[in-house]
Amino acid sequence: MNDNTPVLSIRGLTLALPQGADRDYAVEDVSYDVARGEIMCVVGESGSGKSMAANAVMGLLPKGVRPTAGEVLFDGQDLLTLSEKQHRQLRGLRIGMIFQEPMTALNPLMRVGAQIAEVFEAHGKYSGSERQEKALALLEEVGIPQPERAIRAYPFQLSGGQRQRVMIAMALALEPELLIADEPTTALDVTTQAQILELIRDLQKRRGMAVMFITHDFGVVAEVATRVCVMRFGQIVELGMADEVLDNPRHDYTRALLEAIPSNRVPEARGGERPAPLLEVRNLNKVFRSRGGLFKPAREVRALDDVSFTLAPGETVGIVGESGSGKSTLGRCVVRLERPDSGTLALAGTDFSALRGDVLRRERHRVQMIFQDPYASLNPRHRVGYAIAQGPMANGVPKDKAMRQAEELLELVGLGAVAVDRFPHEFSGGQRQRIGIARALALNPELIVADEAVSALDVSIQAQVLELLEELKQKLSLSLLFITHDLRVAAQICDTIIVMQQGRIVEQGTAQEVFLNPREAYTRQLLDAIPGRAHEAAMA
Amino acid sequence: MSFFARFAQNRGALVGLVILLAIVLMAILAPLLYPESPWRMVQRPFLAPLEAEGFWLGTDTMGRDVAAGLMHGAWVSLLIGLISTSVALLIGVPLGAVAGYYGGLIDDALMRFTEFFQTIPNFALAIVLVAIMQPSVASIVLAIAIVSWPPVARLVRAEFMSLRHREYVEAARLVGQTNRTIILKQILPNTLSPIIVLASLMVATAILLESALSFLGLGDPNVMSWGYMIGAARTVIRQAWWLSFFPGVAILLTVLALNLVGEGLDDALNPKLARERS
Repeated sequence: MNDNTPVLSIRGLTLALPQGADRDYAVEDVSYDVARGEIMCVVGESGSGKSMAANAVMGLLPKGVRPTAGEVLFDGQDLLTLSEKQHRQLRGLRIGMIFQEPMTALNPLMRVGAQIAEVFEAHGKYSGSERQEKALALLEEVGIPQPERAIRAYPFQLSGGQRQRVMIAMALALEPELLIADEPTTALDVTTQAQILELIRDLQKRRGMAVMFITHDFGVVAEVATRVCVMRFGQIVELGMADEVLDNPRHDYTRALLEAIPSNRVPEARGGERPAPLLEVRNLNKVFRSRGGLFKPAREVRALDDVSFTLAPGETVGIVGESGSGKSTLGRCVVRLERPDSGTLALAGTDFSALRGDVLRRERHRVQMIFQDPYASLNPRHRVGYAIAQGPMANGVPKDKAMRQAEELLELVGLGAVAVDRFPHEFSGGQRQRIGIARALALNPELIVADEAVSALDVSIQAQVLELLEELKQKLSLSLLFITHDLRVAAQICDTIIVMQQGRIVEQGTAQEVFLNPREAYTRQLLDAIPGRAHEAAMA
Repeated sequence: MSFFARFAQNRGALVGLVILLAIVLMAILAPLLYPESPWRMVQRPFLAPLEAEGFWLGTDTMGRDVAAGLMHGAWVSLLIGLISTSVALLIGVPLGAVAGYYGGLIDDALMRFTEFFQTIPNFALAIVLVAIMQPSVASIVLAIAIVSWPPVARLVRAEFMSLRHREYVEAARLVGQTNRTIILKQILPNTLSPIIVLASLMVATAILLESALSFLGLGDPNVMSWGYMIGAARTVIRQAWWLSFFPGVAILLTVLALNLVGEGLDDALNPKLARERS
């Protein structure tokens, strides 16, 4: 397929950041080609400048960022010299693009068909009825079920994967020679991600397009890439054929990134007798009801449907599932941010689900939580030391003692005692997550629930935080309920795995059993959808 | 960096503070510079500014000194603006906080109560209240406070509703903090910015409301206020422009200064902005 004529050729591109940014250049002296019939993956962690070159190609550079050197040649034309109007001509017609979040990229008040037709309209192609026909054909091509209905649907009526398919249909409407996909699958579930990747690969082959695929996930790279360009701090670290880069990375940074990917290596099974469970969940049910209005019926969502499991002291139980599987609701019920409708939650003998009011408040210190979003889980107005000391103080520890303890905890999670006097926004995402862990530890809880605790982090940071958790588990013999959508992460840290789907437990067993001999079809489907799995199997 | 240094980084806020201090100084110096009552007739009426020695802002329809009225009026206007706003905040903030934090029935009850006040036009209610209670500084302050707390309660409620499900608030619940601590220490500090901005605007509206009441003759008959001066001058605005012009400028400057200071306070209280600038 690869006939090696570069469609896009970036030569020595340097983009300057406005003064006062944390570095001078967004990208510095970056050169790579994207040829017809290949998928060029640009990989890097957040802040690596991986999206910047793509923005320059599309003429969508953020305010204050300007090119200072180099050229971006598309079909022999330097895109950096084009006017806004000329750029607009090119976008959509010859360069298509897909974004990360399909919900915000689509107009919520416009039917899908009209949005696709708008692409033709913007470039003055076809008559009204032809546009609708073309739109329908496109929806069929991107594999949306029941395209005749989807064309009349509003974006909110479609699932995340279907919306991304609509975005792809729009990007492909005018048969562009180059498709730019900026983290197109990051917001999707694993199984949906696998389908979308398959679709992009398939369309690329069928149409012989050049694809520039921007991602942070090496697993995704292994799935789709023809060639790979690894970026860090705005510079290219490594550039080469996908197989070469993945199998024989030449640069240390690439190697570190590859090693940081949570692998499918399964932890050793722990032998021995199972001690009395610390947490015993029996027949837990939770239904969310939305109040119906005059003209709309009340809606019911079964978030938890007869869920039972146990967790032994010192054990890490992973709860795995896609969005909407009820895994977060389960975690929130265990820490009692939600009240289960029925069922019992026995924590070392006491029924945690029956507690209320002040009694509950006094018992809360026994179960703590590490939250998902490191940016939202710390009060922006409180200094870090105070944020950690709050818990002990609320439980009657005097302030100076609690603050000393906070310093020790910050040392323990690897931030150093100096961090106490700083505000959360002065820390990076990974560091904030460490603060969140310190806060959870401050009350010496019997059980910690980690709700997607590493999902918002870059791979290398993710690996560090997981390492920290592992270390703390050994040191403090923590019991952990680890909720994640990422099977690779679960494989790394969990002893027991519980797979959930639509509020029900589909499968539970030791990590080894679940990963090596999944009993249920759904578990197998989830495992197969993990990006990069085939590549890893070949390596082993 | 000290609080004031952060505040001073906002150039406009500094200007506002200077104007505000000048007005406060005016109010303090009034009894020294013009020891006599501002109601006393001291010269022939309708003296234009600078026409006669010692009456640099002229005299009004009755021959009273405009400058003296302006200086004495500063005290009343500021007092009424600040106190009535504080009272309104004392009613509105706790009400809104409780309604927004607890939701459900408590929220319903408190919001219906708030709406009861909102359905009556502000100014009409203020007039009725002052008329019933007899015009005095205290009754005017109370009337203004009673008509201006509902927007505060609404604003605080909305902020609390959006903040109470934040992860850091949930984290605070998890460590066992009481509802009171969560409301006061976790959520309230994060609602400060809009409250400060609203409060600075409210001081301004309170001054204007007092002016309007005085204009209608419902001011405290014993104290000179800017509003009374404008009100009294309205019939002669074409012959003697200075009678309404100077108190008008005084109100404008005060309101402007308060807004600038409010903005500066908001910046200085926000730890994120503060560090970014440094």
